[in-house]
Formats: sequence, structure tokens, C-alpha cells
Amino acid sequence: MSKKSVDDLQAIADAVIAEARPGEQIEAHVSRGRETDIRVYQGEVEHFVSAQSQGVGIRVIIDGRTGTSHAGRLDEASWREVLEEARENALLGGVDEWAGLASPDGVPVVEQQLWDDELDSFDTARKIEIAKELERLALAADPRIRIDDSNYSDGASEEAFATTNGIRSSGRSNSCYASISVMADDNGETQTGWAYALGKNPGEFDLPKAATQAALRATSLLGAVKPPSKRTTVVLDPMVTSQFLGIIGSTLNGESVVKGRSLFAGRLGEEVASPLITLTDDPTDSRAYTATEIDSEGLAARRNVLIKDGVLQMYVHSSYSARRAETKSTGNAVGGGVGCMALQLTPGTKSQEELIAGIEEGVLIQSVQGLHSGVNPISGDFSTGASGVMIRNGKTAEPIREFTIASTLQRMLLDVQAIGNDVDWLPSRAAGVTLVINDVTMSGE
Amino acid sequence: MSLIDLSHEFDSSVLARVLAKGRATGAGFSEVFIEDKRSMGAGLDDGVVEQVSSGRDSGAGIRVINGETTGFAYTADLSEAGLMAAAEAAAAAASTGDGHTHTVSLGPVKRQQVNNVRIAPQTVPKARKIELLSIANDVARGIDGSIVQVSAGYSDSTRRILIANSDGVFATDEQVRTIFRVSAVANGDGGMQTGYDSLGHTIGFELFEEESVAELAERAARQAVSKLRARPAPSGAMPVVIKCGSGGVLFHEACGHGLEADLVARGASVYANRVGELVASPLVTLVDDGTMSREWGAIGIDDEGHASQRNVLIKDGVLTDYMWDHIRARKEGRAPSGNGRRQSYEHLPMVRMTNTFVLNGNEEPDAIVRATEKGVYVAKLGGGQVNTATGDFVFGMTEAYLIENGQITEPLRESNLIGNGPQVLADIDLLGNDFAMGNPGTCGKDGQGVPVGDGQPTLRVKSLTIGGTAA
Repeated sequence: MSKKSVDDLQAIADAVIAEARPGEQIEAHVSRGRETDIRVYQGEVEHFVSAQSQGVGIRVIIDGRTGTSHAGRLDEASWREVLEEARENALLGGVDEWAGLASPDGVPVVEQQLWDDELDSFDTARKIEIAKELERLALAADPRIRIDDSNYSDGASEEAFATTNGIRSSGRSNSCYASISVMADDNGETQTGWAYALGKNPGEFDLPKAATQAALRATSLLGAVKPPSKRTTVVLDPMVTSQFLGIIGSTLNGESVVKGRSLFAGRLGEEVASPLITLTDDPTDSRAYTATEIDSEGLAARRNVLIKDGVLQMYVHSSYSARRAETKSTGNAVGGGVGCMALQLTPGTKSQEELIAGIEEGVLIQSVQGLHSGVNPISGDFSTGASGVMIRNGKTAEPIREFTIASTLQRMLLDVQAIGNDVDWLPSRAAGVTLVINDVTMSGE
Repeated sequence: MSLIDLSHEFDSSVLARVLAKGRATGAGFSEVFIEDKRSMGAGLDDGVVEQVSSGRDSGAGIRVINGETTGFAYTADLSEAGLMAAAEAAAAAASTGDGHTHTVSLGPVKRQQVNNVRIAPQTVPKARKIELLSIANDVARGIDGSIVQVSAGYSDSTRRILIANSDGVFATDEQVRTIFRVSAVANGDGGMQTGYDSLGHTIGFELFEEESVAELAERAARQAVSKLRARPAPSGAMPVVIKCGSGGVLFHEACGHGLEADLVARGASVYANRVGELVASPLVTLVDDGTMSREWGAIGIDDEGHASQRNVLIKDGVLTDYMWDHIRARKEGRAPSGNGRRQSYEHLPMVRMTNTFVLNGNEEPDAIVRATEKGVYVAKLGGGQVNTATGDFVFGMTEAYLIENGQITEPLRESNLIGNGPQVLADIDLLGNDFAMGNPGTCGKDGQGVPVGDGQPTLRVKSLTIGGTAA
């Protein structure tokens, strides 16, 4: 959230917590948002969504019991009903001696640029034109391309937050993107590709780049074959690394650690990864897509080094998990739990091409499917569908698809052989970079 | 206490004015979708009921279709002024500006209730719901000393919807769903393993008179314990036997999504232009049935106001029909099939599955395993994902065993399976006679989640690629 205040919402949040009775802790979160969503197909607007929403969420803690409630309206009668409901729910919860709100910890907020005036006043007709232009560019990129859909989306939200522990803030943020999804046909075979354009406002979109990238993703897979099963070296494209890091981040969640669900519990100070790995969660880095000023408990977001030169340094915590672990919050409250906010690996010195040049035989993994079904962050089992390109004698060779790659999270971290210099600030909670991992099982024929 | 249906809260003349407003800029079709959803949930973790939550989400989505363009706006303000403002925004979004005046008249409301709910969740004290969590926790922890962590979740939702459109459709439905989930972590010499099971039906609190939370908790815990001695799953292609009621997601991904008419119309499905052709083994008859009351994907009407139906999609291996929503059906000049669904009033409807399942074959399930020299037996599948344009799909196996010499032997660690839809459908070579529905699921498409059910008898796929690490 930006420091610009949103006074009417802050007034509601303040009014809610002013209702606190002796012995009650209350947290109020009040928000209002609007969105535009445009889809173009064959030069025509297929749908245009224009909408506004609002809501109030309240958490009440009484004698170690927690209740929450929410509703999609902001009028006083509605929030009073929500407050009563949250109180009633709190009476039903079990007593958790560590339950409680965060206390102000004096860590200063690093201000971020979360609001763009140009986006706020951007003309609707031009938004439609962007989606149409992206469709035209993708069609022109290659004669084998058909369009699945071309989209423009933006959203703006205003939020206010207040707690009986004295944390108070409000602000607003907005964002936008354009995306394209295409199909490429050749000899009765179809492959798909997609890409997006990002920017603080649509003026920053690189539409030709997105169109070319989507077309290339689809056409480069034409003629792909199913590879043989074998152990091999994999090179993860930055997009795939970003997804992998997201999972690694979840294993360093302090709440999972205190509840005995983390495979890295009890391993602080140990070598859990290749010495090449330095993993940092830094939502104060303005280059990160998920850069932010405060966590969901209202504490300042901050830079935390989780793994340094392969050695596990710390877990991430909310005030709840920190109390249980007898440590301090690291500013990582996310939703009602704990999570990493903006992960990045310290990059290496070589480009992806230079890294591939050093590999006699391997596979460049360009996309993965089924991470939610094939990776278990508690046991560490890792198995995912993939597509990509074979690497032979330091060069990329034929495209391959319909195979899986498998290992365990523990081994993959230790088996990292190189990190690229190609950091890509993707729209996710982890930045991408090329990653080379040895000894992964590829299953195909 | 039963909630009264939404039509009592909205004057049909107001709805007619809103629909007329939607058509004011020349659109051929306008629609009001009103939703009032109440939900309650409670979660236990680490032995403590951590959080009891509840919510009320109500609002309206107004859709206006003008030629090829759909305008859509939603609002949480259900007053006439709020609805009119949303209708105006939707109309402007789909505007061609002919400025004619339109009138819309609605007939009498058609009331549906997807299932007769015996015990409405609102009538049950929350404390009784929370008691179930402690039962699950105690039972799961008592199964084996290796169980180190248990979490359990209860939730119910009561979703009342009203749909009125300029074609005169005026219908309501009340959809009550109740679900319970248990997950367990077991710790052994080789690290931690997890077990998970869930129980959910489109009914009220009577769910817990009919089904046992204790048995559910026991299954989740035993799954985690048995996996402690699991070996790495094999790597490569081999026969796979899928236990009844555990693998409906295979069909959901391998062909269900590809039979959705919106994807078919864009040529984004390997099943486009194939009606009347053999697309699966002749053993396979695939049905999507929103009328299967109780089941997780059951609906009285879809989210466009059309009654749910039983639709045969594949008969004896031959593709017979796709699934349809309002827009696609109107374009083809045919009736919709009751498959137009949306996550909430904030979303546009699109073609979605309901309960999707394969009918029984003739084989005894034991005989299917005995007929398999070497392969994998999957007792529980996890989630999946498909690329409908290529047919390539993956899904996870969360409980699986090796088959050696026609016998189920060692448990296997988790991994993904991968296949190509048309190929896998053709490769189904044995189909059991023990049909069962599977666990409640949430299907995601274009960022929207809707509840779906699936089911199948025990079956064998001649060859699937297992994504493990063992040679």
C-alpha cells in the first residue's frame, strides 16, 4: 500500500476496533476495489467486465480464542453484524496460548511505488485497442499461429487496516497487464503458447515482445517427441525456477516448522543446498513484482536472507509462529498464515546460452505442469509434467514433450550445479533465473 | 428454519426494468444473476481449533450480449438503484448505441432445490460442527504412534441464486454443500509422509449421520502411515490400474475439458469436429450429470437458469455430444445442456462440468489386478491439469502400490502420471463392475473454481507414463 491515506476506509477500520471490549483484541481490514477485464477474439471484443467490490473482514481474539468473519458491504449495520459474528465465532474456538495480534516492532516501512496515476486515468477505448493490437501482432508473428484469446486486465484497490495493538495504515494500489494465448498448427499437430506484457501502466507494455514470445513458445514445440526415460541434467528456464523457488519457500515457513510439517525443521546452520545458493526474501526490493510495504498483520515488510552459500539461516515468521518459536516476526504474515513474499536467488555470471554450452547432454525445461499434484512440500517428493528441448554437445536440439522430471526437493537443492545471470522479475512471489540441476530422473518412453 | 428462495426478495417488475435497461443500447440479450451465499468454516490444526470463520457474500452480476460482445458488471448493492447502475454499466460495455427502448416481461418463477436438505447447516449449533474436528483429531492420532500432526477442516455453504433474462427465464435454486477434510503427517526413518481424505456432498448436516468422520480420519492417517515404507515410484511407461472412485479426475482431464463447447468452438480441443467418431475404447461410456442429487457437482439449475441434465458425452467409445452454455448453444441453434456455471456473481458463466463419470463395465476388480503382470495400482489420485489443445495431461497419485505378478505389493511414493487424452482413452483395456463416485473436487478454469464430482469403476490403462525416480 502507498502512504497516501484512504480516509473513509480508515475511519471504518478505526470505528470497528473502537468497539473492543476489555480483554478483546480486534483487527479490522476494510477494502474497496474495481477491475476492468477485456477479452478480444478475432478483432472483436468478446467480453468487457467492469466492476466494483468492497468488503470488511474482522478478526477477534478473546482469551486465546480466535474468530473471524467477513461480508461484502461496508455500511455500519453490516460491519456491526460482522463484528458480532466474529465474536460469536471466537467463543467457539479452542484456546491457543500463542494466539494474538502483532505488536508494533519499530521496523521502518520502505516506501514503494504502488499507485500509478497514468493507469488510473487510462482511456477505456485504448485498453480495448491494446488487446486488439496484441492479437494482430501475434497473428503476424508466424503464419502457423491461431489465437486462443487476447486480454487486457487492470485492477485498483484501496485498503485500510487497524488493530487494537496500535497498528494503523491505509493506502491504495493499482496494476495492469495484457496477455495472449495462441495455438500453432502444422501437419495436423497443434501446440500452444502464451505470454504477457507488464508495466506500471499500459504505456510500458512491450506488446511486440509478448506476441513474439507466445508465438515462439507454440511453434518451437511443433514436432516435439516423447523422450526416453533416463537420469539427466536439467536446465530450468527462469519461469520454471520461479515456480520451484515458490515451493522451496513454502518449506521454510515458520508455522510449518513449529507444527512439525517442514522438511527443514531443526536444520538451522546446516548445509541444505549447494554452496552456490543464496536465497533471499525481499519485498522491499522495488524490482520485485510483489514488492510491498507491510505484511498482512501491518508490520513493515523486510529483507530476510533464508539460505546463505548453501547454509540455512532462518525461517520466515508471522507474530503467531514467532511467539511459538520464541523469536520475532520477520514481517511475513500472509493472509491468515505465513509465507515468503518476494524470493530471489543471488544470480551467477553466465547467460543461459553459456550454461547450455557447458552441458554435453541434458534437457532445457521450458514449462512444467501439475506442480500442485506432483510435489509434496512435506515429504519433499518432486514429480512434474514438462516440455522443453533436448541439449546435446552444448547446443539445444529437438523439442520434447509428454514427459516428467522427478527428484526430491532436498536433493535438487544440493544438486544445483550453476545459476544464470538472467534474473527475470516475473509476476509471481519469486523472481526467475536459469538454474542447472544434476541427476534428475526424466520419464518418457 | 429454512431460507426462503430469493424470488421473494425481488419484485419481478424491478427485475424486468433492470433487464430492459440492460438492452437499452441495442443488445439482444440481458441477464440478471443474483446470489446470496452464507458460509461457515472451522479448522483444527496441531490439536487446537484455531479459527472459526463465517461470511456472507451477496450481489448481482448483470450480463448483456450484443452481437459477439458480452458486457458484464457486478455489484454488491442489490437495491433497484444498484441493479440499474450495474445494468447501465454492462449495457455501455456491450454498446452499439442504437438507443431503442426495449421491454422485457418475465413469467412465473421456476423454483428448484437441488436436493431436499434434511438438516440445514444454519440450524445446527456451531459447537456441534466443531466437535467433529476433535473427533477427527483424536481418531487420526490414535491410529499409530508415527502420526505427528493432524489437521481437519469443516465447512458448509448455502448458496441461493436467482436468474432472470430477457428471453423470459426466471428461476431460482438453493444449493447447500457440506464438506469435511482430514490430513495427517506421519514421521519415520525416511522422513515425513502425508495422508489426506475428504467427504463432501450437496446436502446439509445429515452428511454426518450418513457418513463417519472417524472412518475418514482413519483412512487419512493410515494412508500417511503406509507411505512411510513407500519406495520411489517407477519411471517410465507401464500398465496402470485405477481403483474405483479414485480416478474420475483422469476423465475430467483426459477428455472432460476437451468436450466443453467454448473450447471446441475455438478449435482449442483435440475433440473438435469428432462427433460420431470413435474417440475412446468401446468399453467407455462417459456421462456428465448435474441431476445426481447429493453429489458434489449437483445443481438444480445452472448459473444461467437452465435445469440441470444428464448428458451422455461418449457412448461405447463414440463421441455423442459436447457440453453447452447459453452463448455456444444459441450460436449453434440448439438447447443448452445445463452446463453454464460461474464461481460467483462476480464472474461470467462459461461451460463447466458437473458430475462426470464412466459407467460400469463387466470385469471383477480383482481379476483386473490379477491380469496385470507388472504395473502400478492407484488407490487415490490427486489433482490434475490438461492442455485441451494438445490433449496432454498430468495428474498426481497420492496413494499407489506396485503390482507384481498380478498382486498388489509395495506402497509407492507420490508422483505425477502423464498421458495424452485421446491415446489414454483408447488404451483403456479392462473396465470393472464396481462403480463408485470419488472425492469432492474443485475444478478451475480461467481463474474460476466450481464444485465438481467424478466417478468410475476400477479400470486399467494399458500404458501410462509414471513420473517417479526408480529405474
